[in-house]
Amino acid sequence: MEIGLVELSRLQFAMTAMYHFLFVPLTLGLSVLVAIMETVYVMTGRPIWRQMTKFWGTLFGINFVLGVATGITMEFQFGMNWSYYSHYVGDIFGAPLAIEGLMAFFLEATFVGLFFFGWDKLTRVQHMVVTWLVAIGSNFSALWILIANGWMQNPVGAEFNPDTMRMEMTSFFEVVFNEVAQAKFVHTVSAGYVTASIFVLGVAALYLLQGRHKDLARRSIAVASAFGLASAMSVVVLGDESGYSASHTQKMKLAAIEAMWETHDAPAPFTAIGFPDKEARETHYAIEIPWAMGLIGTRSLTKEIPGINDLVAEAEVKIKDGLIAYDALMTIRADRENVSQEVRDRFEAHSENLGFAMLLKPYVDDPRDATDDQIAQAADDTIPGVASLFWAFRLMVALGFSFIGVMIFFFIRASFYQMQFPRWSLYAAVAIIPTPWIAAELGWFVAEFGRQPWTVDGVLPTALSASHLSIADLVITLAGFVTFYSVLFVIEMGLMVKYIRKGPYQDVAETDQWQQRHEARLQNSTSSEIKTPAE
Amino acid sequence: MILYELIDFDILRVIWWGLLGVLLIGFALTDGFDMGVGALLPFVGRTDVERRVVLNTIGPVWEGNQVWFILGGGAIFAAWPPLYAVSFSGFYLAMFVILAALIVRPVAFTYRSKRDGAGWRTAWDWALFTSGAVPALLFGVAVGNVLLGVPFHLTEDLMPMYDGNFASKFFGLLHPFALLAGLVSLSMLLMHGAAWLNLKTEGPVVARARSIGIKAGLVAMAGYALAGVWLALGIDGFAIVSEVAVNGPSNPLYSEVSRGGSWLSSYADRPWITIAPVMGFVGTAMAVRGLQAGREVSTLLWSKLGITGIIASVGLTMFPFILPSTVDPNSSLTVWDASSSHQTLFIMLVVTLIFMPLILAYTSWVYKVLWGKVTEADVTENNDTVY
Repeated sequence: MEIGLVELSRLQFAMTAMYHFLFVPLTLGLSVLVAIMETVYVMTGRPIWRQMTKFWGTLFGINFVLGVATGITMEFQFGMNWSYYSHYVGDIFGAPLAIEGLMAFFLEATFVGLFFFGWDKLTRVQHMVVTWLVAIGSNFSALWILIANGWMQNPVGAEFNPDTMRMEMTSFFEVVFNEVAQAKFVHTVSAGYVTASIFVLGVAALYLLQGRHKDLARRSIAVASAFGLASAMSVVVLGDESGYSASHTQKMKLAAIEAMWETHDAPAPFTAIGFPDKEARETHYAIEIPWAMGLIGTRSLTKEIPGINDLVAEAEVKIKDGLIAYDALMTIRADRENVSQEVRDRFEAHSENLGFAMLLKPYVDDPRDATDDQIAQAADDTIPGVASLFWAFRLMVALGFSFIGVMIFFFIRASFYQMQFPRWSLYAAVAIIPTPWIAAELGWFVAEFGRQPWTVDGVLPTALSASHLSIADLVITLAGFVTFYSVLFVIEMGLMVKYIRKGPYQDVAETDQWQQRHEARLQNSTSSEIKTPAE
Repeated sequence: MILYELIDFDILRVIWWGLLGVLLIGFALTDGFDMGVGALLPFVGRTDVERRVVLNTIGPVWEGNQVWFILGGGAIFAAWPPLYAVSFSGFYLAMFVILAALIVRPVAFTYRSKRDGAGWRTAWDWALFTSGAVPALLFGVAVGNVLLGVPFHLTEDLMPMYDGNFASKFFGLLHPFALLAGLVSLSMLLMHGAAWLNLKTEGPVVARARSIGIKAGLVAMAGYALAGVWLALGIDGFAIVSEVAVNGPSNPLYSEVSRGGSWLSSYADRPWITIAPVMGFVGTAMAVRGLQAGREVSTLLWSKLGITGIIASVGLTMFPFILPSTVDPNSSLTVWDASSSHQTLFIMLVVTLIFMPLILAYTSWVYKVLWGKVTEADVTENNDTVY
């Protein structure tokens, strides 16, 4: 493949987005975990819970700042590198981004300062509210960015306006309550919660192995395993929901993930393992589970799931239909004032497939001049990279299920075995710290690579979306981001390790005093109970 | 849903043009003092403790302030998509430099005092200086270029294209007038940072900050006056020459624009806008006086007024132009042809009216909680928890 402007732009976006998402999941989850810990502190008054809040809060802060910093790049990169995309769909896509700023970023960023600097300026309850506002702000930001991303996967509530040469919003309600966006939101924040739970679990396990900070570590495991168990189940359930919505919104993505070349009689089997071969259009050595795919994808025994070959044929029909719209659009553009209503009606009737006609642009300047061969080629382009999607998806799902297993184990040990954890399980907990990040990055890979060749599914091809910059521009910024981000990553990891090694600040005297007061209170209450005669 | 027709399209466009100004000014007034303080840091703080005092005056608030910038990006995307598409890709390498600075800055704040060691801390101090001074300069350079016009054109598909190669695009931004605008921007934010430090701390740090702030304020006024003269004598303005369809579709190619005349003719057409440059001069002058006299709250407020006037004067002078094109004036973006659709502008206005008061309310509460001076004792007594 020739590396051109579009490929470099994609590489830069993919790199900066995936790097950004190294920090986001931990922010999403750890903010909530810290808020839970502080709530326990406010309710019980036990100093250890405040120490836990501060300790995990410090690690949260080191991570949070890089999430914010790398997020700045994301906010501006659409305009910098994807200017035609920005013009073409800004009327819809810009709105959730702006609302994200108004509703979420201000909330988390304004209160995060008070979280760190407000301990002696606020009451306990005020500070706890501040912590919750940080957590809520972070989670709201995930909601709005996933509404934006969900629209790229399933562009509802919008239509093309020939006068402004772009997509415009027809229904804000449909954009916000896009089924794809809603499923993605819960799936993504749950993944963040799992990530944070595994992180807390792993660091706490390390302390238990080292035999230090045992009080803090045990309590942390108790919170993380309960929260993590609920979240791990939610990730899998909502992942399944995403799959279900893809069966009617993004059929090609689903077929590619499953390497389903041919349409199978309902209910289709699920290929557990196999080797997809795009050239031969078949999956070698496939091990199939009968019925499973039909059940997951359509939740019925009778609905068919179309295979890749049929979808390509369908794309060819759509391209030809889109050409009618394209032709009408060119007529309108040539003489907007005097064009007849009949032409505008013709455009309306076929505008749904306008994007498919634009798939021909890389082959021919005017899509109307395309040969049948070029149309067939463009239809073939609608198949994303099957083998990589197939494997990435399976690895992600396997990890997702294994997180449930991990959480069940630690939850049971924490709840019913007096917080005694076998040493092997502690070693395992430390070892698996990186896995939720791998699963999350794979998830984004499946979602976005699986959307190709489109930036907005069925509406705008990726090849047209990029800015007309020079290769030199891209090489400079790409090299800049790689260097810059690598340095920041090393510094961040260094600080994380330093603060984990240093451990929590535990005021032993304060804890002892509290313990004495607490025992005195218990004694008083028991003695008073005894004094009160039973009726 | 026809609810959005409650407000006419042209009125919504003007409202969103105003909100664009509010966001830019909000950014300059809040994050502006963070950038100013960053740029002042190595000069007003000589010892590590002094520098930590300086950092902790903005420690709890810079993060929220920075959201004005991010929201600015989001709101331009939502309300002025062509502006978002053309400007950020047109100023590509300059934007990259600004992004790099704004990425380093949060990291520098948070990480600087998390390790001992003079080398580590000095390196981050200079990172903070650079990430304050460079964007402060470049934002002004960008505004200067907007007044000069930018070499872009739109194809019939409305795909933005830029003339020249990457080097000429980047170094082409450094026109002497644009550099002057950059100098005004940098010096006004240095003054603003000094006014903030004057309010939030005490001792030798404040004495040094005042001394630099006074000089910066004077430079800002002189530069601003010079830029005005330059605009009057040496720079062509732009004008829409075809009939203006204020409620028409957002397609810049439908109107005809010509270059010529002066930007300052808008002061003859709309004399009331003179109030903006007057605010700019009076605010800045009073802030300089305040720094000399050692007044605290009022100095910061005057400084805010001065910055508001200077930024507002640019927008009011150019109205209805937002981003004029030098190579193909017809591609120029104006208030009447570069907005989002009627419905999107309406929805975004409703959302803004709900959330902006909330944001202002809780931000004020946070500043109230943090009211008071940061002292050396605050830093040494809370060694582990503050910056």
